[in-house]
Amino acid sequence: MSSALLSLEHLVIDIPGRADGMALDFALLPGQCWGLLGPNGAGKTTLLHTLAGLRRARAGQVLLDGVGLHSLPRRRIAQRLGLVFQDHYDGFPSTVLETALIGRHPFLHAWNMETAEDHDLAWRALAQMDLEDLARRQVQTLSGGERQRLALATLLTQDPPLWLLDEPTNHLDLHHQVAVLDLVRSEVASERRGAVLALHDLNLAVTYCTHLVLMYPDGGMCWGRTEEIFHLQALERLFQQKLELLDTREGPWVRPVPGSRGGLDAG
Amino acid sequence: MSRGAGMAAPPGAGWTLGLLLVAAAASILGSVMLGSVALPAREVLAVFLGEGSDLARLLVLELRLPRSLAAFATGGLLAVAGALMQVLLRNPLADPYVLGISGGAAVGALLAMISGLGVAWVSGSAFAGALLSTLIVFGLAHGTGSWTPTRLLLTGVVVAAGWGAVITFLLAVRPSPELPGMLYWLMGDLAHARGNALPWLTLVVIVGLALPLGRSLNVLARGPLQAAVLGVSVRRLEWMVYLLAALVTAVAVTTAGTIGFVGLIVPHMLRLVIGNDQRLLLPASALAGGILLTLADTLARTVIAPEQLPVGVITAMLGVPVFLYLLYRSRT
Repeated sequence: MSSALLSLEHLVIDIPGRADGMALDFALLPGQCWGLLGPNGAGKTTLLHTLAGLRRARAGQVLLDGVGLHSLPRRRIAQRLGLVFQDHYDGFPSTVLETALIGRHPFLHAWNMETAEDHDLAWRALAQMDLEDLARRQVQTLSGGERQRLALATLLTQDPPLWLLDEPTNHLDLHHQVAVLDLVRSEVASERRGAVLALHDLNLAVTYCTHLVLMYPDGGMCWGRTEEIFHLQALERLFQQKLELLDTREGPWVRPVPGSRGGLDAG
Repeated sequence: MSRGAGMAAPPGAGWTLGLLLVAAAASILGSVMLGSVALPAREVLAVFLGEGSDLARLLVLELRLPRSLAAFATGGLLAVAGALMQVLLRNPLADPYVLGISGGAAVGALLAMISGLGVAWVSGSAFAGALLSTLIVFGLAHGTGSWTPTRLLLTGVVVAAGWGAVITFLLAVRPSPELPGMLYWLMGDLAHARGNALPWLTLVVIVGLALPLGRSLNVLARGPLQAAVLGVSVRRLEWMVYLLAALVTAVAVTTAGTIGFVGLIVPHMLRLVIGNDQRLLLPASALAGGILLTLADTLARTVIAPEQLPVGVITAMLGVPVFLYLLYRSRT
């Protein structure tokens, strides 16, 4: 068995005003893509930030390559994992290329300027995200979807073995949603990487994730391989929404039953 | 399509800094030429070469050049302090004056003046006031953990208002012959700032730090979470920047009193032209701030000669319209 990129040991995330809930206990191995599913406020973003060491856990710990996250310097963490945020702050002028290039920051020493190699990495990442033609544009002029792809290009430039993505398909058109998730899947499948994705789209989750974590608003958790976890009743309870499961040749397909929360109010 | 591969420095860095260096030399030369007795350029150059008449030597070496150099260093320091605070607060309109640091310095210096202490005490006291003000603002805004730029900015504004009240109080209870001098100092006055190496030393050190700190500051400008994810020790860097900015402001205020707008206008204006790479922006701010204050002080000396204006009045009169124009232009 290959060694875990990331291990969650009795991890309880810290959501103010919520009881502890269930502790998470699993290891993320190279080649795995974990999807976080849950309604708004269930703690998907908090969990991602905890895994990145940006927030302290209430209990338990996160191990990165077997070492406790909070004993590692930020720079070392940044060489091993990257996080794409839901929101992007662009208060100052900056070009698209410059924004991709900051992904090299964890690998450069204080006195180093970016090398030709760093620029090549950034250009390749921009090309992968269809942003090459916008390289000289100001970030503030980008559309929501372009900005989201740029955040992914920064992650590609950073090139860490572990990817944490907070709703990576946000703002993206259908084509780019599929393109981004195809990219994640192929990078993960190359066995070099692991990924954790917060997602809202159940069908994208079942298509692209090898494992799922269902996060209930009361702190309940449920995790495992996608085929073990992806059950109609569990998902209905998760979202308090009546769903319909269609079997297609490509696998299960879920759609919400319009105008109904039927039968679930009691639960 | 130009790929810019192999490019080590920010694009156009050499040109930008080169142009600013030429302009800096020109501004200092111009300020030395102008005054109660106008000196032609060749006479000034003759003095630099060790020749020239006694009068010219006196004017240039004893009076005008030291003052121009002090003005240049002060302007550079103020602009750099402004640029640093803007990254720290992620607000392009932040400046050490808004945060009350200059107010603290002014109160410190006024107390020393009123107590009849010597020049060294006035400087030291201003320095202590600036640092105290820094600690108050930073401590209050940082106290309970969550520290948003808005909160820091508000804390700074309130602290600045408090210092303003203290200054008014000090001036009111002490209607004395030294009142005009104090008022001039409060509005920014370079008349007594000369022959002091400290501002230049500080300026050289801070520009020297721009390269090793610059890339981290670039990342910090994109928000503390993004910076942390890219390997920046955010808390440590923020404290360092805050202390550096306070130190730089204190040296500037000690040298020339409270001069506003340089720290606000210069980095903002430069950012619209050369972008926000701190490795270029900080040295460029030092030069452009120096140029601005050298020119402003030359105007202050000459515009109603033989009387002199406080240079702070000139920077405000130059700064406000430029700032408004840039703000207007950036919206179109």
